[in-house]
Amino acid sequence: MTLLEIAARLALVVAAFLLLPLLVGQLEHKAMAHMQARLGPMYAGGFHGWAQLIADGVKFAQKEHVVPAEADRKVFSLAPAVALLPYLVVLVVVPVGPGLVAVDLDIGLFFVLAVMSVSVLGSVMAGWSSGNKYALLGGLRSAAQLMAYELPLVLAASSVAMAAGTLSLSGIVETWSPWWLVWQAPAAVIFFVAGLAELHRPPFDMPVADSEIVLGPYTEYTGLRFALFLLAEYAGIVVLCALTTVLFLGGWRGPFADEELGPVWFLIKLFVLAFVVIWLRVSNPRLRADQLQKLAWQVLVPLSLAQLALTGVVKVVMM
Amino acid sequence: MHGYFGAYGLVALLLVVGAVFVTVALTANRLLRPARPTPQKLLTYECGVDPVGGGWAQSYVRYYVFTFLYVVFAVDAVFLFPWATVFAAPGFGVATLVEMFVFLGFLAVGILYAWRKGVLSWA
Repeated sequence: MTLLEIAARLALVVAAFLLLPLLVGQLEHKAMAHMQARLGPMYAGGFHGWAQLIADGVKFAQKEHVVPAEADRKVFSLAPAVALLPYLVVLVVVPVGPGLVAVDLDIGLFFVLAVMSVSVLGSVMAGWSSGNKYALLGGLRSAAQLMAYELPLVLAASSVAMAAGTLSLSGIVETWSPWWLVWQAPAAVIFFVAGLAELHRPPFDMPVADSEIVLGPYTEYTGLRFALFLLAEYAGIVVLCALTTVLFLGGWRGPFADEELGPVWFLIKLFVLAFVVIWLRVSNPRLRADQLQKLAWQVLVPLSLAQLALTGVVKVVMM
Repeated sequence: MHGYFGAYGLVALLLVVGAVFVTVALTANRLLRPARPTPQKLLTYECGVDPVGGGWAQSYVRYYVFTFLYVVFAVDAVFLFPWATVFAAPGFGVATLVEMFVFLGFLAVGILYAWRKGVLSWA
């Protein structure tokens, strides 16, 4: 790898990291508006408000940075970066086409799971350091949610690792075949739902429930640091949809021309999943704390154990 | 940037790039934004009303038992990954599968025990 190639790879990852969340954000603005019989942003940029998020960014960059006197200043300032950067690092191992991956780690799946859950620490740090009762409750709730949903997430992912016999994400896509859509379907649903819960997306948005605890851990944030938390949320959606695509939907594999159109298939699947994320937000009420724990421990964990058994039996019988 | 350490070198480099991105963004923000703190502004916002009592309020963490459960199961789940990559390789086969069922059995019994003990229902 030459220096130029390294720079190109890093630049592409950073570009994807900055651009895709904006596209998902804009999609959310418009799709949600139309589902609720509204128009959404229409003015910024002229054509259907396409520049709304850029305008928001410019606004956030000019806002005053207020740190409450009661807050733990250092942790408070560091939290947005802790929430955001793991998603950037995860993107480096996501394959978008045959051979098109910044780094193909041989333990890619393990790496992804480990790094992704670091992001929740950002919310917990924000909640604890704000010196605010609502934020503290929100931080504790996000910790509880991580505890409950990390396990089904890991078990569903290891079911794929068993099916593929490798932990490399590119290797998983290469061994993927269409009948996994049936064989691994429960794992796919478990992975997606648990991922949504880790991102605090509705209907799993207890930690930021605006009608109960203002905005949970992010209540005291203003300006660019608040914007970084927002970016982290959308980057999280991109990462979750990308991983679901790679693990369960065959990544760059499409009905034809995988070699040439790989990235196109990948992006189509990613945005369809992102649309589902938005759709679930619009159409579902928030789950209560006890319902959250119940869903995780009494439905998703037993189901994922059953999926592991199924994967193992089918794999050995087929050999 | 070759081989095992090279791959992780690139990952570390990306983390550095990310840290630089955040630092540059926040520095630019520092130059662009006004800074006029007043005692009122620095008061904790909470829900808009002046806060009563300290920020780190005491509360009962109901789900601490789940934390124990999580730690137990997550540590177990980690062992699944190295096993998952080899269990179907030639020379392993049925014996490894039976081992997995023993392992899953332990996990399932653990969950069942917690369930029967009433840990999984909101007290």
